[in-house]
Amino acid sequence: MDLNFTQEERNFREEVRSYLAENLPARISDAVRAGGELTKEMMVEWHAILNRKGWLATIWPVEHGGPGWTPVEKYIFEDECCKAYAPRIVPFGLSMLGPVLIKFGNDAQKSTILPRILDGTDWWCQGYSEPGAGSDLASLKTRAVRDGDEWVINGQKTWTTLGQHADKIFCLCRTDPDAKQQAGISFILVDMDAPGVELRPIKLIEGGHEVNEVFFTDVRVPYTNLVGEENKGWTIAKYLLTHERTGIAGVGFSMQALEEVKSLARKVKRNGKPLAQDPLFSARVAQVEIDLEAMKLTNLRMLFKAQQQGAPGPETSILKIKGTVIGQELKDLARRALGPVAAPFPGHITDGNIMFGPEDTAQNAARYFNNRKTSIFGGSNEIQRNILTKTMLEL
Amino acid sequence: MDFSLTEDRRMLQDSLTRYLTEQYPVEHRNKVAYDLPCHDDAKWGELAELGALFALAPEDAGGFGGTGFDISVVFEALGRGITPEPVLGALMASRLLTTAGAEQEALLSGAAKYAVAISEIEAPYELEFIAATASGSGDSITLSGRKSAVYGGQVADVILVAAKNGDKLGVYEVQASDAQIVGYAMMDGGGAAEVMLDATPAKLLIEDGTAALQDAINAGIVALCSEAVGAMDVIHDYTVDYLKQRKQFGVVIGKFQVLQHRAVDMLTEIEQARSIVIKAAAELGGPDATRYASMAKNMIGRAARLNAEEAIQMHGGIAMTWEYPVSHYAKRLIMLDHQLGDTDYHLAKVAAEIAA
Repeated sequence: MDLNFTQEERNFREEVRSYLAENLPARISDAVRAGGELTKEMMVEWHAILNRKGWLATIWPVEHGGPGWTPVEKYIFEDECCKAYAPRIVPFGLSMLGPVLIKFGNDAQKSTILPRILDGTDWWCQGYSEPGAGSDLASLKTRAVRDGDEWVINGQKTWTTLGQHADKIFCLCRTDPDAKQQAGISFILVDMDAPGVELRPIKLIEGGHEVNEVFFTDVRVPYTNLVGEENKGWTIAKYLLTHERTGIAGVGFSMQALEEVKSLARKVKRNGKPLAQDPLFSARVAQVEIDLEAMKLTNLRMLFKAQQQGAPGPETSILKIKGTVIGQELKDLARRALGPVAAPFPGHITDGNIMFGPEDTAQNAARYFNNRKTSIFGGSNEIQRNILTKTMLEL
Repeated sequence: MDFSLTEDRRMLQDSLTRYLTEQYPVEHRNKVAYDLPCHDDAKWGELAELGALFALAPEDAGGFGGTGFDISVVFEALGRGITPEPVLGALMASRLLTTAGAEQEALLSGAAKYAVAISEIEAPYELEFIAATASGSGDSITLSGRKSAVYGGQVADVILVAAKNGDKLGVYEVQASDAQIVGYAMMDGGGAAEVMLDATPAKLLIEDGTAALQDAINAGIVALCSEAVGAMDVIHDYTVDYLKQRKQFGVVIGKFQVLQHRAVDMLTEIEQARSIVIKAAAELGGPDATRYASMAKNMIGRAARLNAEEAIQMHGGIAMTWEYPVSHYAKRLIMLDHQLGDTDYHLAKVAAEIAA
């Protein structure tokens, strides 16, 4: 047993740290720190900066333009990105479609689509969930019918994250309505500007716009936009879910949030003293800190196992459940710490000269509400428990 | 023993609930709640006509209520509709005016809007650390300092301010037009203001006002807790309805035992919350009012968070949207903990009595 990173890994951490220090623009990290929505331009710019270094497609193999990192190196990279307040890499093209094409795509798809993901030409979004198919994704109804050398698509997708920026969407569509649920699904690529595609924004609980509904009315795309085999899309969907789960514990983001809560608790006053000296509040923070300390190791243990076995196992559902709950507790504390000054609706304060709470805390209540999504998306925590029940307990 | 409402209170509850359901539905509420002035003047007048404000004061002060139970009835109805109108300010001001023996016809009729300024940035919940000061005497009193989180302050005509005059914490009346007021809409709807006082002219209302302010806070806590009970009832109803309707894996999700039990846990906490609020309402104005107000606010903080978070989780996505009413109820239930002392603040107050 040795909890230390190897010398090579430590060197790598230094290399990442100095690259971020030199190349992450302050105006972007400031925006991340402030906690509001990032502009598309900021995300595109950050992708380009990473791409210059070959660090953008963190889980792609070298031959397709990835850095060829081990799971531990990827972890170190993400950890340093969090510490530097770098934006999250937008996952839809890079962590989702890319790995799918590399595993299931044909040569034409790999050679045309992958480079356009890397250089930012195409922004992809995900067409999975539907109003009637959330946790029960396999019940999806969006229909794709073959007509000569085209697909004709009708239906509706929802919770399409950052679809407002997207050029293209990858969709799960039902192509054989007579087959057993999982057996009749195909994975099809669609241009967002194809006639019949309509995107409608969904306003979220805190007022933000990050998800959308996407409607398909007689949308025609070439038959060759099919990825993998017809009616074998569910295999791809399942493969993708395991990729979605790497890094899902969000340990780096929680460490960042813990430091923010501590620093905030030293600045705000309660009962005439810094809130950090309040025994009840500090006990809450300490409790999450203990959970997080354990989670760091749980995360690394699973990473180590993935590195040895070549793929993450079903126990990564534990990371999703506990990791999201820790993140949510920290957002709760950041809101709670502000007391009444958490209340103003961000952006609704009419006089810009009025400071309410300490700097970079105006979004704390909004972030708490927005963050409730993390225990719902990517397979809700209830679904993760079902997975663990089946795979680990075999019940 | 009798836990039923009196006939008068039941009628008030029915008429307020019916009025708010029909005239202040959530779509209208959302239009009003998130943009200044966060107030619908016509509806405010109609609420006052229905007696929503007169019910807050005792008969000898010109009202027809004023007990903890009267306050509960009004605010539970407001909570069911998550009504953003500045009734909390009216209630707390009415308590202070009643203690002072001052005229409050304009407040109770809805003709004038009142807000109460206690909180400060560095003294969010506590009276003993208030720093705003009063100086002068008689007709030449002025106030200085910044008051924070003045609920309803964005539309108030009159603001009652807690300020220190030497070692005494007094209550002073300020015309809103004399102060610098920065109004804002809140995360959960409704408005508040920061009130900047700089040698602002004021009238003395209560010279030694600590007990009166604590009474106003206790009444405010009974109000907020009652509001939470109303909002929790609604959010729980929405959740149970959803469990009965939403199908996944070929069955309504209410068939899943894990969700059944969690919906029952929500209900259990709501019933416990309802009980402690009844107790706090019964004790309001008595010698133990502060203790029971703290107990109620602590339990409401816990029950409201559980109900808000579980309602969102069990709806799975849809309650994360602005369009679906549950999101607004959840915001109200969470942000209510930031008003007049949060879960921990009140837990510490109850805990302190153990050592005493």
